[in-house]
Amino acid sequence: MRALGAILVKDLRVELRTLESVPGMVLFAVTTFVIFRFGLDRTSLDGSLAAGVLLATVLFAAILAVNRIFVAERDQGGLDAIRLAPVDANALLAAKVAALVVYLVILEAIAVPIFAVFFLDEWSALAPLALVLLLADLGLAATGALVSSLATGSRARDLLVPLVLLPLIVAAAAAAEPLLAAGAPEYDEVATWLAVLGLYDVVFLLVGYGVFDFVLED
Amino acid sequence: MRGLRTLSAATVATVVAGFALVFFYAPLDADQGFIQKIFYLHVPLAIAALVGFMVAAVHAIRHLRTNDPVHDARSYVSIHISVIFGVAVLVTGSIWARASWGKWWVWDEPTLVSFLIVFLLYATYYPLRYAIEDRDRQARYASVFAITAGAFVPLNFLAVRLAESLLHPRVFATAEGGMPGSMWLTFGVSLLGIGLLWLTLVRFELVAKDTSAQLSRLRRALEGSPRPVPAGGESRPSTPQPAPDLQANRAV
Amino acid sequence: MATSTKRDNGVAEVHDAQQGREPPAIRLAGLWREFGERIALQDVSLELAHGDSLVVIGPNGSGKTTLLRVLATLLRPSGGDVAVLGARLPREAWRARGRIGYVGHEPLLYRDLTVSENLRFHATLYGIQAPERRIDELLERVGMSRRAGELTRNLSAGMAQRAAVCRAVLHEPELLLLDEPSAHLDPEASELIAPLIAAGAGRTCVTVTHDFRAGLAAGGRALALGHGGWAVYSGPAEGLSASDAEAIYRGALR
Repeated sequence: MRALGAILVKDLRVELRTLESVPGMVLFAVTTFVIFRFGLDRTSLDGSLAAGVLLATVLFAAILAVNRIFVAERDQGGLDAIRLAPVDANALLAAKVAALVVYLVILEAIAVPIFAVFFLDEWSALAPLALVLLLADLGLAATGALVSSLATGSRARDLLVPLVLLPLIVAAAAAAEPLLAAGAPEYDEVATWLAVLGLYDVVFLLVGYGVFDFVLED
Repeated sequence: MRGLRTLSAATVATVVAGFALVFFYAPLDADQGFIQKIFYLHVPLAIAALVGFMVAAVHAIRHLRTNDPVHDARSYVSIHISVIFGVAVLVTGSIWARASWGKWWVWDEPTLVSFLIVFLLYATYYPLRYAIEDRDRQARYASVFAITAGAFVPLNFLAVRLAESLLHPRVFATAEGGMPGSMWLTFGVSLLGIGLLWLTLVRFELVAKDTSAQLSRLRRALEGSPRPVPAGGESRPSTPQPAPDLQANRAV
Repeated sequence: MATSTKRDNGVAEVHDAQQGREPPAIRLAGLWREFGERIALQDVSLELAHGDSLVVIGPNGSGKTTLLRVLATLLRPSGGDVAVLGARLPREAWRARGRIGYVGHEPLLYRDLTVSENLRFHATLYGIQAPERRIDELLERVGMSRRAGELTRNLSAGMAQRAAVCRAVLHEPELLLLDEPSAHLDPEASELIAPLIAAGAGRTCVTVTHDFRAGLAAGGRALALGHGGWAVYSGPAEGLSASDAEAIYRGALR
């Protein structure tokens, strides 16, 4: 646990100092909103369309962070240092997942209000968004960290992450979309989607926990 | 590999029987006509491919556990054949969609859509493998991928099925309340035939890979590179002897 | 791919126990390591007692760094029996970690953290409580107290190397693995770090060095690797003359 905390704090400290991931993600998201405005030729969105635009934008912005999450470890010898220490491999994965969740939450805290200002006529639907986005973030982070660890060791790293990550994310996106779109949700439907999203998170966290040792070993 | 001939014979027999049943025995669908019969090809192909992906995940788990490259080969080949079947699934699915709904692709059919996503995912298996140069790491990461993707397949189907509407014609539950027995029989034989075909193709490819690996081992041995034989053969590498003047100094 | 031969080295350990000897710090028997088609180490055997020092010499490409990384548990052996600090590799690697210090070609420090942040991070990884005093003391001894608050990316290679040595000895390891520790260091700095990395009671040292004269002169045991990664010589340092060592380097003795 202390290793997880130490690695997470280290990552956040580096991010704060270098501002490598989060500002880029936010800028990318806002620019993408503008592209959608012109691409769809709409100045206001609601329901499914709004949910879709927001989800797609968050997903693509997330890739920017996912691409980078293991780079520092590989390039600066952090992997060796952590593997040398009496630290469980999964602590590293958990720390990276946690870091991604933090970045995504910050991204959404800034991008969602901007999205609302750009496109939404009324803001009442926003409050329940928080839980859904959090669950989606967890799934995105769990999958992203695992995929990134595989791709960072390869030559075509920047290409592989989106290629492998996006199909994996579709299930989570499909579950999150109706939750985001629902104006006045029916409770049993919402429960199903939340369950699917939650199941997605659990499965990928477990898979990561099971296989990450093999990703690190040499 | 033993039994390959028997397996191939069984496959051919079953597939031919299946075709015969499809063309001459199964009833003609009132709505969709003859083209509906592609269902007997499309669905078994899909089932075989999906089961194949699961099998690949199991082999991948065994590879990570034992580090035996045999399991990695099996995992790789399972995915390979399943992806090829996947292309066939998408093509036959498209033909079926055209016959049923008049369009070459429909988003209404959740199975087809989830299959597309799974196919897109497994198609990245190859770029992932070939982007990693170190052979051991390549095999390990490929196994990690196969396990992750294998866990993803059922999740994906669940999610997409929930997301899509169910207003498409589903052959398993017609208005009359289920498929007639003749359809079940044809379907069963087709499924068996396609399954055997999958197994045969996997076996064939494994044999081909094994043979070419043996060939390159022999070639290397003939060229005389001092490569130690891994455990199983106790032969020592042909290391060059140290120069004589050092021998006297050895005091190990 | 097998990870160990059929020979059971446990017999040797039982024998040791019966004779009242503790198992050596390092025991290698027929270690080999391959990378795909390339064999980096073949049939390397040696024993190193606790508190002893080993110097590893050899030309480029002879597998010195690979050997060190195997000993550090960073690489799995492809074959042979390897026991480090009583832990059989690769299965029991977790038992040895935390007691090993490693100085490699990279300083293993994050460039965007300061020196003291890096050292505190490593202290936490190794479970060292209240590491401040130890960190300050180490930095003082290598002459870097004033640079403690600097980002690692702004350090020269020599400074980074000194910081790396601090990182490696921070947790007082029983086994110290050093890959050319004096690279980038001027003679003064080398002298500063020398006492930190010396072998002695409770500390075994394995040093890879290109300065084979100094290495052999320091005593202890020596391992000379030839091209292709096999052991040309393995024994006491006195048994290998400087001229033989030079010949190994030039590749005359393969």
